[in-house]
Amino acid sequence: MEVGMLPISASKRGKLLAAGYTSLRSISRASASQLATDIEVSEDEACEILKYASQTSALDRSIGNSNTSNLYGGQTAWTMLNEEKFNTRITTSCVDLDNILGGGITCKEVTELGGVPGIGKTQIGIQLAVNVQIPLEYGGLGGKAIYIDTEGSFMVERVLQIAEACIEDMPEYSHHFHNNVQDCEVKMHPNSILENIFYFRVCSYTEQIALVNYLDKFIEEHKDVKIIIIDSVTFHFRQDFDDMALRTRLLNEMALKLMKLARKFCLAVVLLNQVTTKYIEGSYQLTLALGDSWSHSCTNRIILFWNGDERHAYIDKSPSLKSASAAYSVTTRGIRNSNSSCKRIKMV
Amino acid sequence: MANKLIKQMGLPNSIANIFTARNIITAKDALSLTEFELMEQLDVGMAEVKSAMAHISEVVCPPCQTALLLMEQRVRDERSAGHLPTRLRGLDEALCGGLPFGVVTELVGPAGIGKTQFCLKLSLLASLPANCGGLDGRVIYIDVESKFSSRRLIQIGIENFPEIFLKKGMAQEMAGRIVILRPTSLSEFTESLHHVQVSLLQKQVKLLIIDSMAALVLGEHDCGASRQQVLGWHVSFIKSLAEFSRIPIVVTNQVRSQTGDEPLTFSFQARSHSIKKEDRASYDSHLVAALGINWAHAVTIRLVLEARSGQRFIKLAKSPISPPLAFPFNITSSGLVLLDDDGIEMKGSEINTIHCQGQKALFNSEW
Repeated sequence: MEVGMLPISASKRGKLLAAGYTSLRSISRASASQLATDIEVSEDEACEILKYASQTSALDRSIGNSNTSNLYGGQTAWTMLNEEKFNTRITTSCVDLDNILGGGITCKEVTELGGVPGIGKTQIGIQLAVNVQIPLEYGGLGGKAIYIDTEGSFMVERVLQIAEACIEDMPEYSHHFHNNVQDCEVKMHPNSILENIFYFRVCSYTEQIALVNYLDKFIEEHKDVKIIIIDSVTFHFRQDFDDMALRTRLLNEMALKLMKLARKFCLAVVLLNQVTTKYIEGSYQLTLALGDSWSHSCTNRIILFWNGDERHAYIDKSPSLKSASAAYSVTTRGIRNSNSSCKRIKMV
Repeated sequence: MANKLIKQMGLPNSIANIFTARNIITAKDALSLTEFELMEQLDVGMAEVKSAMAHISEVVCPPCQTALLLMEQRVRDERSAGHLPTRLRGLDEALCGGLPFGVVTELVGPAGIGKTQFCLKLSLLASLPANCGGLDGRVIYIDVESKFSSRRLIQIGIENFPEIFLKKGMAQEMAGRIVILRPTSLSEFTESLHHVQVSLLQKQVKLLIIDSMAALVLGEHDCGASRQQVLGWHVSFIKSLAEFSRIPIVVTNQVRSQTGDEPLTFSFQARSHSIKKEDRASYDSHLVAALGINWAHAVTIRLVLEARSGQRFIKLAKSPISPPLAFPFNITSSGLVLLDDDGIEMKGSEINTIHCQGQKALFNSEW
């Protein structure tokens, strides 16, 4: 392990090297006052360097010792398997879609949803923000939602519609989750559903990055947030961006931070993406926007498309699910099965 | 907020000065760099960089609102809850009251279908006095194709609201509220958009119409890549105009015929191509909106105007609040009139297609 790995400023690193402290061991042997005089910094700063050095070398040692099963921060596949059993899922309200997803959108993972304009991306986003609040008694998560709107397409009127329908259909959800019907008397008010959706309106990509940075603190204060929806992750990065390398880097950094949030707080992250056309094998085809390197960033990728007269969702990429497609429909009551019996109720 | 100065964010002076010295002035500059790059450039430790970035992020990030708060705000503040009623009953019901404020609504359809007619009517409705159900405001009409006809405007006005337009002086006042801009090039258009932004703040403008967006962009650029970039700026600008001045913005879009005979599909759909082809062959013409998919993502509401076997339809192709409905309509001397207020719910992707069949029958209509 080298001095270059220490999280200290470049000039201090330079001073350390110039004074002959090339390895961590050589630093940890020195005393604070000795280090301070050698590299001409205050004793406090020297203490800090020593602290970092001992931390880093402790980390170093545990990596070197490969016999133990608990490497620094590592987990065995077996423990992960056991943990995955408790991974909760958020229903999409469409049984067919839930089935191919293994029960819904998984917590602790980043899921990307993309499709042509008008296919229902925002609708699914709103539905998930409502569904995450289904109480535990009904097999839900009883959590809260963060909705990050970059396009201005979030309509509260529509959220209210979906929330009302969700409360009416609540007894149905307990069927999906446990087969034994429990008669639980949890009455929810649509207003309380609205109250538990934290809405951020983002107006530039800088704000988007800042918000993702800030979310860690925000969720620390609101622990029961179980889903983050970004609608859409694409918009600001697609307009007015000439430096494509910078764009890729910023996007990847953002995806990493979101992934970290998902794991740390055990919540689901849903990113909505737009589509673009791409010239592949002699013809123009649709593909999700933001480019090839972005397509590696998300754990799951679901593409929404028209199949004849039906809306379909297709699992394009997932480490644990097999690729499959399912039909869904967008109704007044929200996302439902495509052959769903609930007819559109005319709004008057 | 993105251009907020780091100096003014309340960071400890020692670190704020380092940012300034390294020419990292705004939040945008700082947030475009990684933590490691900042460590190198600012020559400070990781801990300082982390805390500074956390602080900057917190200051820059937009405020949080609960959906309930938004709802209450909309109810309380009618200005921001507002809709511009189109006076087409079926359409208004489907859209919960009309074209919502604060978002971009797009009209797309073949030439001569009635887009401009619809725009004329909308501009009248916005300028009507409040006691007649109007918005009692000014209208800015950006007329790119020189299609705006004042005579037709007055005619529609007299047919629909004889009590107002036949009153002496009222026609003049109503028409006086509608300002027409005629930019001839994209740069002129950009300039007038900036003027519009200023006047939105000062005057009682209640509606902005751009007829048509496609003509501007298509006229200027042939090259696909640059077109998207040019459009990119306008898209975000128009969207933010709508949002911050809380007015409805209506934009029209033209159609072009699809160059390939195949509809655009995802690569994994390739299997079904052979079946699709036969489907498509039976269509008279295969039209798509002139401005591409990037633009289509940006509009919040898309209304498709089309003609099928001599009957015109207006379709709600994209809307976050309404189911996919199609309404048959006619153009009469009083403007656009729905023949049926219930609408036909469209199944599947049919809602997005643009037909132009039975053109001859169209031109035989009343006026």
